Amino acid sequence: MELTMIYYLVPSLIMFSCGVYGFITRKNMIAMLISLELMLNAVDINFVVFNRYLFPGEMEGMFFTLFAIAIAAAETALAIAIIINVFRAAKNINAAELTKMKH
Amino acid sequence: MDYSQFLVMKQEICLLVIFLLVFLNDIFMPRKAQSAIGVITCILFGIFTLFGFCPMVIGNSSADAFAGMYATSPVIVNIKNILNVGVLIVLIQSLRWTASDMQRIRRGEFYELLLVTLFGMYLMISSRHFLMFVIGLETASLPLAAMVAFDKHRYESHEAAVKYILTAVFSSAIFMMGLSFVYGLTGSLYYTNIAAGIQSGAAIVPLVIALAFVIAGIGFKLSLVPFHLWTADVYQGAPTPVTSYLSVISKGSAAFAFLVILWQVFGSVYADAWEWMLYALIILTITVGNLFAIRQRNLKRFLAFSSISQAGYIMLGVIAFTALSQMGKAALMFYILVYIFSNLAAFGVIGAIENYCGKVSMDDYNGLCKTNPRLSFVMMLAMFSLAGIPPFAGFFSKFFIFTSAINQGSVAIYVLVLIALINTIISLYYYLLVVKAMYIKTEEPCSISTFRSAWSERIAMWICVAGIVGLGIVSYFYDNLLTLVGC
Repeated sequence: MELTMIYYLVPSLIMFSCGVYGFITRKNMIAMLISLELMLNAVDINFVVFNRYLFPGEMEGMFFTLFAIAIAAAETALAIAIIINVFRAAKNINAAELTKMKH
Repeated sequence: MDYSQFLVMKQEICLLVIFLLVFLNDIFMPRKAQSAIGVITCILFGIFTLFGFCPMVIGNSSADAFAGMYATSPVIVNIKNILNVGVLIVLIQSLRWTASDMQRIRRGEFYELLLVTLFGMYLMISSRHFLMFVIGLETASLPLAAMVAFDKHRYESHEAAVKYILTAVFSSAIFMMGLSFVYGLTGSLYYTNIAAGIQSGAAIVPLVIALAFVIAGIGFKLSLVPFHLWTADVYQGAPTPVTSYLSVISKGSAAFAFLVILWQVFGSVYADAWEWMLYALIILTITVGNLFAIRQRNLKRFLAFSSISQAGYIMLGVIAFTALSQMGKAALMFYILVYIFSNLAAFGVIGAIENYCGKVSMDDYNGLCKTNPRLSFVMMLAMFSLAGIPPFAGFFSKFFIFTSAINQGSVAIYVLVLIALINTIISLYYYLLVVKAMYIKTEEPCSISTFRSAWSERIAMWICVAGIVGLGIVSYFYDNLLTLVGC
């Protein structure tokens, strides 16, 4: 069996959709962050696969992925720091209960 | 590698130098110099802003660097100058807030984070490669989340920050997903190569999907309507200087970057792919922003919804810019310049009153003209300008946007402009609610007693008032912008 591009793209799309679904339905903010990571990693897979299969002569997609991984790490670090702050302030990281400003 | 190409990015380098000076001052200098850090930042940034308008210092030629990843031109230099003016006003406004007891110990961080986000916005505007753009976007939005969380002792600040960072990451993930499909379709991330690849290929369905993702991603930053849900909460919870920064500078830079991406990269598929998407977005944004603004009582939330509907007008300027007419670009730049002055005047008044007694509700402003006539006058000017009442700048900026949009000449754009016009009238109602509270509801004594605002707040408000009145009356500025874009 030959591995074509579709064997990578479908899992990546499923990953992305799971991320979107999780981000919308989950109430725990850490779980929401995990869903966001799923989405970002699906993007990375897409870029690498397109680069490897469609444009093997160049490296642009790979480089984008490298930078995207670094940016995702920075985003996660900052989000975790803010979630810890919220936990200190509210003793709670349930997104459904952070509704003081909802109108 | 030719290192002299770094000299093309003069404004970025100047900004970086200011950042380093502020940073070193914050860390190594004695306490007395540290306490003056806000004033030092304002002076350095003010000099930089002034020199930005001198072509011989900053350079006034079109050039690109780093194999075409970065580009600059007189228009781009002046877009950055417009943003600089706004940032300078925000810096002056924030002086009093950063000197308060709760913020004093870490006020250096505020200025450093602010300068770094501005650096990211510069990159967003001049990038001609999507990797550079994504780096600029994240450099602009991640420190902003830290700035939103700056009021450590206030719970709302944390709630706003968590809402901001989660939606920002979500939107950039969606944006990058769209980007990956664009890359798969065209094989490059350079704007010019993508544009060439799109023209030759005929794969319109995947392209529409990819474009929808890209527009959704940037729509989050601009708070266009289906993606606007974070705006009100974040604007309300964030400290007032950060809110004003978010509402004008962050929005303005995203609009300029959006303009470049849509027209330079996807311009050839305008009629096929994204014309109707943007029409729907603009109508929704203006209408929903207006309708929700009517029922707000908290002034920061009120201005959040007003800024959502203003984003709709900004997007009208974006689609008014066609390859044929450069007028749309001048109209957009003028609109954002006026929007900076009017919105910052409103936030200046709100910030001054909040610093004095912590009140941000519209009901507290009842009869403000009795106790603080000058502040209520500035607020009235800002509201008139935002609503677009003739002698003030807001009228002309809206007028130019509508004119350049109508120049496209299709029936659809006439309908779109008509809807925007009707919405201008609706917006007049809620902007005048604030004026009514200040000037007509004077039966009971005002709950805000007479006070004298700090010198920094007064300077910022004077600059804003001068901008609101001057830009409307003196035609020099708009003429200058028109000649700049070559019209």
